[in-house]
Amino acid sequence: MQLSRDALLAAYHRMKIIREFEERLHIEIQTGEIAGFTHLYCGQEAVAVGVCEHLGVEDKIVSTHRGHGHCLAKGCDVDDMMKEIWGSRDGLCKGKGGSMHIADVTKGMLGANGIVGAGAPIAVGAALASRVDGPGENGLKVAIAFSGDGACNQGTTFEAMNFAVVTQAPCIFVFENNHYSEHTGVDYAVGTAGDIASRAEAFGMKVWRADGTDFFAVHNTMREVLDYVRAGNGPAAVEFDTERFFGHFEGDPQRYRGPGELDRIRETRDCLKNFRKAVTEAGLLQDADLDAVDTQSLAEIEAAVTAARAAPRPTAEDVLADVYISY
Amino acid sequence: MTKMMYRDAVLSTIMEEMERDPNVVVLGEDVVGGMGTAGGPEAIGGIWSTSTGLYGKFGPTRVIDTPISESAIMGAAGGLALAGKRPIAELMFADFIGVSLDQIWNQIAKFRYMFGGKTRCPVVLRMAYGAGYNAAAQHSQSVHQILTGMPGIKVVMPTTPADVKGLLRTAIRDDDPVVFLEHKALYANTGEVPDDRDFMIPFGHARLSRAGGDVTLVSSGLLLGFCEAVADRLAGEGIGCDVIDLRTTSPLDEETILDSVETTGRLVVVDEAPPRCGLAADICALVAHKAFSSLKAPPQQVTPPHTPIPFARELESAYLPSVDKIEAAVRRVLAWR
Repeated sequence: MQLSRDALLAAYHRMKIIREFEERLHIEIQTGEIAGFTHLYCGQEAVAVGVCEHLGVEDKIVSTHRGHGHCLAKGCDVDDMMKEIWGSRDGLCKGKGGSMHIADVTKGMLGANGIVGAGAPIAVGAALASRVDGPGENGLKVAIAFSGDGACNQGTTFEAMNFAVVTQAPCIFVFENNHYSEHTGVDYAVGTAGDIASRAEAFGMKVWRADGTDFFAVHNTMREVLDYVRAGNGPAAVEFDTERFFGHFEGDPQRYRGPGELDRIRETRDCLKNFRKAVTEAGLLQDADLDAVDTQSLAEIEAAVTAARAAPRPTAEDVLADVYISY
Repeated sequence: MTKMMYRDAVLSTIMEEMERDPNVVVLGEDVVGGMGTAGGPEAIGGIWSTSTGLYGKFGPTRVIDTPISESAIMGAAGGLALAGKRPIAELMFADFIGVSLDQIWNQIAKFRYMFGGKTRCPVVLRMAYGAGYNAAAQHSQSVHQILTGMPGIKVVMPTTPADVKGLLRTAIRDDDPVVFLEHKALYANTGEVPDDRDFMIPFGHARLSRAGGDVTLVSSGLLLGFCEAVADRLAGEGIGCDVIDLRTTSPLDEETILDSVETTGRLVVVDEAPPRCGLAADICALVAHKAFSSLKAPPQQVTPPHTPIPFARELESAYLPSVDKIEAAVRRVLAWR
């Protein structure tokens, strides 16, 4: 199925917003204005957007330690996200969550996670909720468990995969293999020679693999996966081979990278460049169309930063709010 | 009123709430029992008989038998709740919080706060706890002191069948995460239970099970009965004990404790958890802070020693607080000065 011009522009816009959001944070964090730990999603945009473009608000996603991209792809408000990262009381989580715990349950985004690997069981729970509700017009609602190659080594992820298979829950395990769990290479840390999908397969799931720097590969793969899971065939897993352009956290000196590695992946494995090349060569969009999206995206990020800087700060009384609904 | 066992109060409350609300879902290890065996589903209806018949009545989407994967059970409960359900997850032994603590502590307890109050996580985490079965160090523990220290969850410890009924219903209908601790040694106890299908006991309201006026005993669970036995024994000597059943340790009913101590001036806290950084110490500190001028004697704590729980009968008996140890503590505060 060919994507419409509008759909192509929307997908590119979302990827570009994520890219500029993260590139801007990379700069702003160095000024000391933003507190805490931040893990940037730059380089992996095609995965979040290629997955989430298929989802409705009733479908759930559970994100990772590197969650900004998933949030933005699932529809979290850009301004509210920026305010949250700035720690404003008007932020998406009122300044209580910050970068690592950002969420918007009303958008079906059940949270980034400060604990690597904690998300997969939560996604299985959301998928079990879908099983209680049963299929709607488009089949079953699904829950996506995003996991990195680091999280794939956690026992929680193994438990979640087995549990999903046992209960035939409509859960999709999306593994983003960016080759580094923190500062350790996937060839060292993932015992199956860096191959994550084969583990999911061993748990009894149908698996797919695709190039995570190619939006169209992600998008087309996810269409197949979603058709399979929405039809009630049980869980599935996908491994996307992708790249992260920044360190594990902001401030990571990345001494584990090979010489010229970052330049090379920025040049040849950039999902936005790959997208532009594909759509212009196919005559689906012109460079000018994409340039206009670039300009608009930069303006949106600029506006979000301006709004975040001006947004009200939380007060000491806010510490006590929202622990319980009633106590 | 109907006379029933503590365990039947658990099961009947779950049954009634599942009938009332289609969003209530049960999950846990062997909550169906017999899945994938020649005996078939419900060959064993849960090891505590607290889920018998649920599967036949509500089916596999609402009664989910899980693999032995405690992290996945707790995490799935959290995910079910964020997705709009009201899961009741059973942890077969409370000791197994060790393998699932991240999902309880870092996830379920914190979702609402971390997400700026924009979500709710109405889970009930049922756990069988407590010593007295010679089950030794990994199947006997009282974990409330660990869980009570976690902001974001409520902790309930019912003592009587009626309290099981009223508190479990409150837990299931509550929009916050609740840990519901069921003492293994109380499962077969019987008592009168109200028939009203909306009977609920609010959290944070302790129960005065004996009123005396000379000394205040605070406890819950199995040891509450030990305190009552001491009170009954001393009543024969004309000594009156207030025995307070906490019912919930988070929230804690400070007022009932303080009101009693202001009258008696003497406090004995009896707890099944280890002594360091524990509930008994916390309550003694509370009284020292807020009722210091009422005190006629130093508050006493009766707890096990700072050791793991031993196996042999003689050792476990020596480990646990007993009626005699509690009575000795009461006599100490009465004899002060």
